[in-house]
Amino acid sequence: MAAVTEAPPLAPVPAKKPPRKRGRWTPYLLLLPGILWLLVFFALPMVYQASTSVQTGSLEEGYEVTWHFATYWNALSEYWPQFLRSVLYAGTATVLCLLLGYPLAYLIAFRAGRWRNLIMILVIAPFFTSFLIRTLAWKTILADGGPVVGALNSLHVLDVTSWLGITAGDRVLATPLAVVCGLTYNFLPFMILPLYTSLERIDGRLHEAAGDLYARPFTTFRKVTFPLSMPGVVSGTLLTFIPATGDYVNADLLGSTDTRMIGNVIQSQFLRILDYPTAAALSFILMFAILIMVTLYIRKSGTEDLV
Amino acid sequence: MAFVNWLKRHLVVIAGLFTLGYLLLPNVVVTVFSFNNPKGRFNYEWQEFSTDAWTDPCGVADLCGSLSLSLQIALWATLGATILGAMIAFALVRYRFRARGAVNSLIFLPMAMPEVVMAASLLTLFLNMGVQLGFWTILIAHIMFCLSFVVTAVKARVMSMDPRLEEAARDLYAGPLQTFLRITLPIAAPGIAAGALLAFALSFDDFIITNFNAGSTVTFPMFVWGSAQRGTPVQINVIGTAMFLVAVLLVLASMVISSRRTRQKA
Repeated sequence: MAAVTEAPPLAPVPAKKPPRKRGRWTPYLLLLPGILWLLVFFALPMVYQASTSVQTGSLEEGYEVTWHFATYWNALSEYWPQFLRSVLYAGTATVLCLLLGYPLAYLIAFRAGRWRNLIMILVIAPFFTSFLIRTLAWKTILADGGPVVGALNSLHVLDVTSWLGITAGDRVLATPLAVVCGLTYNFLPFMILPLYTSLERIDGRLHEAAGDLYARPFTTFRKVTFPLSMPGVVSGTLLTFIPATGDYVNADLLGSTDTRMIGNVIQSQFLRILDYPTAAALSFILMFAILIMVTLYIRKSGTEDLV
Repeated sequence: MAFVNWLKRHLVVIAGLFTLGYLLLPNVVVTVFSFNNPKGRFNYEWQEFSTDAWTDPCGVADLCGSLSLSLQIALWATLGATILGAMIAFALVRYRFRARGAVNSLIFLPMAMPEVVMAASLLTLFLNMGVQLGFWTILIAHIMFCLSFVVTAVKARVMSMDPRLEEAARDLYAGPLQTFLRITLPIAAPGIAAGALLAFALSFDDFIITNFNAGSTVTFPMFVWGSAQRGTPVQINVIGTAMFLVAVLLVLASMVISSRRTRQKA
């Protein structure tokens, strides 16, 4: 029943090092402007931020480096709920993105046929409308007394979610559910695209082979398709989790003061309260927390060679 | 039983289409509400049909100014990031040099960092240097975070390129410049174009980094953010809808053209 549908891939190009006879300095000249840009506007700011985080003083009298590490401790003890909330919301949104994104990526890769390009366009096209406008649209969709809230209410879903503490009464807006919904929506394409890329590379003959060996469709998925799509799963979850943790747009537009994430705190400390040392310390803690989580995750999933 | 079997076979399709609907629902709402005539300052509730906003898209103060500023910044940032990024990508794939690991991580890190961290640290630098925030600081920031994405896109393309083509050109007495212009660049062009497109989209829609480093300059996303506090004019939806339509039409047109070309070849 299962015929071989594809010709074997062409022999790969021999991976030998290209000859490097001429221009000993050429690579350095090519690298120089871009790397300089990143050093000055990406790496150097980190140094400035590190120094700012251990300064004391005030806006009027100026700041001085006093190695005041207590700022870190104070920032953590005051804002640990926001840190926790950020990781929780971003983690939930990442899991939801994976659950929602995988079927769509699978659909595009294996089942869409001639509709593949059209669906691909529909996944990417929303990017061209500013994400702020699209996030504001969720205010209309989840509006109090709107069709979505009404339906959830009549199905008694809101009773359950209220009991769980992720919605409040008859409202969805200004609750954790709305924020997680917005985060999931905003970062979903970042999950779908890497998933699609790794699914599309899978040789269709492997599915046929699994079927020939009496694997049922679900077993084929569990033993063949999913393991082979792991690179996409790992990069998709990273591309979703990292920006979602630092996001403050969804929490601001769809949430309330009870859903403030760490991004909201950093933003208001920097731009409104103007407490630069605390803001810098918070931003540093966030950076290290994410670097540690990402490193552990990559180790655990055994895909070090990916990045 | 037949229905259950049908459902089993098409479960993934149904789930996938559900996700597609979730992705597109906000765009539908944005489009529908571009024809709204709201009572108050906010355009969140449907009142009555009206085409006022479509006939007067620039009718709100500063809206079209912010849009043209965003376009300018996106164009310059795309140009800068594409040139710098393509140069780095060529160096990474085609040459051997010291400190390759350090260069690779310097390119990877901006993509693995939450935007708010980069935004905050860059603002610290500008504040310490006493730089006036505005057009130039936004442009600097945008080139910085677009650069890594361009490098990744171009690198992928140049890596899949057969180095024997360049060797062949050299064997046929083409100089280094001629080889680059006639062989390397045309083959790398799709990668460069993809990188540039990505940079444009990232820069045009960037909010977080711009929010920190714009001072009192208002780009289009900054305008939308401000309007979420002061009142959302319908014109925002008009522009959002128009951008969506233009993007879809451009992609469809390019697809039709390229499919025609391949058919002619075949």
